[in-house]
Amino acid sequence: MEYAPARFHASARTQPEQGDDFAYTPENQAKFDANVRRYPPEQRKSAILYALYLAQAQQGYLTGGAMRHVAHQIGCTAAEVEDVVSYYTMFFTKPVGRYVLNVCRTLSCALLGAERVTEALSEALGIRPGETDPTGTFTLLEVECLGACDRAPVVMVNDDWQERLAPGQVLDFLHQLHARGPVSLTGCHLHREGDRGTGDRGKGEGG
Amino acid sequence: MAYEPVLTKHINQPNSYTLDFYVENQSGYQALRKALPLQPNDIIEQIKASGLRGRGGAGFPTGMKWQFVLKDTPKPKYICCNADESEPGTFKDHVLMERNPHLLIEGCAISCYAIGAKVAYIYIRGEFYHVQQILEAELEKAYRAGYLGRNILGSGFDCDVYVHRGAGAYEAGEETALIESLEGKRAQPRIKPPFPAVAGLYQCPTAVNNVETLCNVPLIVLNGPEWFTKLGPEKNGGPKLFCISGHVKNPGVYEASMDTTLRELIYGHAGGMIDDRPLKAIIPGGSSVPLLLPEQLDTPASFDHIQKVGSLLGSAGLIVMNDTVCMVWLAMNLLHFYRHESCGKCTPCREGCDWLFKLLARVEAGEGQSKDLDLLFGVSSNIVGKTLCAFGDAAATPVLSTMKLFRPEYEAHVREGRCTLPAEWRASRLALAH
Repeated sequence: MEYAPARFHASARTQPEQGDDFAYTPENQAKFDANVRRYPPEQRKSAILYALYLAQAQQGYLTGGAMRHVAHQIGCTAAEVEDVVSYYTMFFTKPVGRYVLNVCRTLSCALLGAERVTEALSEALGIRPGETDPTGTFTLLEVECLGACDRAPVVMVNDDWQERLAPGQVLDFLHQLHARGPVSLTGCHLHREGDRGTGDRGKGEGG
Repeated sequence: MAYEPVLTKHINQPNSYTLDFYVENQSGYQALRKALPLQPNDIIEQIKASGLRGRGGAGFPTGMKWQFVLKDTPKPKYICCNADESEPGTFKDHVLMERNPHLLIEGCAISCYAIGAKVAYIYIRGEFYHVQQILEAELEKAYRAGYLGRNILGSGFDCDVYVHRGAGAYEAGEETALIESLEGKRAQPRIKPPFPAVAGLYQCPTAVNNVETLCNVPLIVLNGPEWFTKLGPEKNGGPKLFCISGHVKNPGVYEASMDTTLRELIYGHAGGMIDDRPLKAIIPGGSSVPLLLPEQLDTPASFDHIQKVGSLLGSAGLIVMNDTVCMVWLAMNLLHFYRHESCGKCTPCREGCDWLFKLLARVEAGEGQSKDLDLLFGVSSNIVGKTLCAFGDAAATPVLSTMKLFRPEYEAHVREGRCTLPAEWRASRLALAH
């Protein structure tokens, strides 16, 4: 291993894509105004994550314009907003596909085949983790523990979940998601009414 | 004597999360009714007498934590409920919030009353969006029924509980980093002291408690501290949720008292090993704690017993591994996690995790030299104890623990120039996205 290679010393600040002028829709403005009331009046900055989620939901990803708008809403600088955006993994600063496939890669999921799930998704979509397929439908990401280790391997699709996705089921999973949308996902087992809460390793499942 | 679950008794029933169900089948805010006429300090004394220890990982006595919260101050006080649940192998708070949210809401209200706070924030991880929806809907119902809001149950006590959604950061589970994140900043830990009990959220006195901890509060108020201490071994009383994942037949969340042994949890509750393969190692308390071996299976899963055999109960996330798991790969997998999640504030952790991961990837790929093994040990030893929060120690643990228990595996990788235990469940091409 090379000690302190030259790239360690290169400093390059990547500017966020500026994008078009951005402003909340009246609906999102109302949501923000309601949320910010949860915090003391002098602590508007506490609403920054919520404000960013709203902007991201409205535009798909966060541009410089969106960050400036959030800064204006919060009453802080755009640099402070960028500081926050660059820290948290759930904010995107580049366009993503309609479905963002977040494959959990941490230990419990990996023990039950998560690496092979990523491999199979990567092969099927012809993209590497971090990339979006040419049709703009799927973005493939590897993420760290999602907190659903009993249903490994887990894939978070946008805000929804697919549990126990075996490597061999990947093609069908993609096909179903493409054809039927998020209703094809298993969702969280706890969220499904009448499902057992613990244990219950179903027959014919798993990889 | 068969253990009767109290936290999760009803979670498998339809509508267990609703207010109506909670009122009909569980305490139904009776604990809050019982608590409000008491002096706040009496509640703290009850929690102290129960010996309730924090369920988030550190096992610190909750009553003491509350007692430290500054009393004589004109500033508002806060309860922050830590629902960030991001320790790998842990998924218990998820179950409580999704299937028994009113127990948590009641716990928040009583805790606020006990420390003199009027607001509680439940900091939930961003990935739990579906859980948040349930929680917010049920909070709304609790408000409408008069269990939250102004003048609760005619007592003159006001309390608001809000959900705050995080956005993907393991470090936000550390209490001061959680506070920073709640304040709208990067989730990075603060220098302590001052502790949150003195200067926490918005520099006001704050108690940060885990979801499962707060869920125990109504039960103690209702059933008394003695009931709580009698469940389980001395100083390790009360119901406990164990998350079992990995190579077991029935992974899931199981409630038991802390005199239950690891063997009973793995071979009883979780149904034993998949395909009855031999067990190789267990991580008993989330990825940040040292490994245990099969010969330690008869240890009761309590804070103190697990510590006595050289590990920690932590968040009670048991990750069970069979004989197909390569221990160098395991350390590499976890260091990938820690490298990604290190918040970057302290140099030993930020640089050390990256360095460790690269070394492990090299050894795992069969390109390591024996001096790399000494370097692994040196780098991890130099992270331990040199960071602001416990993250640094946690990140070094998988390396130090696997090297201590499975050093011959590391040496075999170097000697043979390949991974000596490549399992079929791993990717055929190593390091897809590094």
